[in-house]
Amino acid sequence: MSEVKFSKEHEWITLEGDVATIGITKHATEMLGDIVFAELPEKGSNVEKDGTAGVVESTKAASDVYTPVSGEVVDTNQAIVDDPSKINEDPEGSAWFFKLKMKDQSEMDSLMNKEEYDKFAKESAS
Amino acid sequence: MEIKKTSLNKLHQSKNAKFVEFAGYEMPIQYSKGIIEEHKFTRSHSGIFDVSHMGQLFIYGDETLTEELEKIFPLDLKNLKQNCSKYSFLMNEDAGIYDDLIITKIEEGYLIILNAACKDKDFEILSNLLGSKFKMNLDNNRSLIAIQGPKSVEILNSIINGVDQLNFMTGNWFDSDNQKLFVTRSGYTGEDGFEISISNDKAEKFVENLIEKGAQLIGLGARDTLRLEAGLCLYGHELDINKTPVEANLRWAISKSRLSNGGFIGSKKIMNQMQDGASQIRVGIKPEGRLIAREKTKIFDDTDTQIGEITSGTFGPSVNGPIAMGYVNKEFSKVDTKILLEVRGKKHPANVCALPFYKKNYVKGVN
Repeated sequence: MSEVKFSKEHEWITLEGDVATIGITKHATEMLGDIVFAELPEKGSNVEKDGTAGVVESTKAASDVYTPVSGEVVDTNQAIVDDPSKINEDPEGSAWFFKLKMKDQSEMDSLMNKEEYDKFAKESAS
Repeated sequence: MEIKKTSLNKLHQSKNAKFVEFAGYEMPIQYSKGIIEEHKFTRSHSGIFDVSHMGQLFIYGDETLTEELEKIFPLDLKNLKQNCSKYSFLMNEDAGIYDDLIITKIEEGYLIILNAACKDKDFEILSNLLGSKFKMNLDNNRSLIAIQGPKSVEILNSIINGVDQLNFMTGNWFDSDNQKLFVTRSGYTGEDGFEISISNDKAEKFVENLIEKGAQLIGLGARDTLRLEAGLCLYGHELDINKTPVEANLRWAISKSRLSNGGFIGSKKIMNQMQDGASQIRVGIKPEGRLIAREKTKIFDDTDTQIGEITSGTFGPSVNGPIAMGYVNKEFSKVDTKILLEVRGKKHPANVCALPFYKKNYVKGVN
């Protein structure tokens, strides 16, 4: 599996072969608070880099989930739809959102590594 | 304009509050445990709410004041006993609501609790209506602390002996720590609880004392989910200048004895609407599934005609599902009416339902 990469919209992404797994970061869940609703893209649909690919709602507000890369949705995580609190519990592990079959793996290049993201998250929070 | 802070601001900071601006005040939206935990703690134990941003208006006077206030509020104030409270409204001639409020008859006159965002305007309106006959004081030297939830009576009574004898919607002056506190048994959560008016310099120590006894600070986030589960209105959402108490389904708050003769501001409109019904009415709404319909969500019938709009919507932690309130055309206001909510371009099924979503635990009477 590739190293974890991060987007400015607070998604994380890992790549295995040509299938990317995408979720939202721990920092994002801390900003959102208790997540009580999740909506995921439909299996088989195509999503475009930086386009919306889902919604999460906390007790306070709704937020779009973006996809950091383009591709076809090959799997979604029904467990977080059934119990959205799982997203707060394990955002960067079992609470992944969707898997994409990537078209263009070079889209990964512009994303941040962990160190860069941590710095970005810290600065954007202050 | 500089943001205002309550006397508990430092204490909120020390408890890791996340702040938001609300009605010009820096207020805690939540603390480190988050809204759902805070909500559930209030329902099972005892939550402390800093509501010092709200207005505490003291109006001093005798029977003449009662007569003057009856020209303003749709209440039978003459027959209101001392230390008893009523929920009411400040309205314009069209019965549009300037503010909703709690008014308590006290020995010195009346104490009115006003919404933070409305209090200055309310003061102006009431000053104009009452003239200079009565001394009015929108008291900035006092904080207002709410304590809500099943353990609150025990906790508060251990600090202010005797509050357990108060009935729901009554209040009284109590002595504690060499000062006078005004305590009412009331609240905004659907739980048994109290609101305590206390001088600013004593507020922090008082709250620290409550925390020591087992209560916890709760932010505005959980205050909102709690009041919504209890089916209570929030000014600026369910209520505003374009809505009347009848439309808001709050006709219970209008004293029956005042309906025959009127004589209060907005009485004509109220009496007409009481007779003919309002064209739109506030209802409870439960979306099917987990979908949350927020404020301004459009409501449709099955022929694609818009029939209303959501005014508040969230996830109810104790209900364990999405809940909302909104206005619908009266023919759609019956419980169990199927409606559709348009969220992110799609229509989702929902049902009109009875309020409250969560059963109240108010203490009706003490023996």
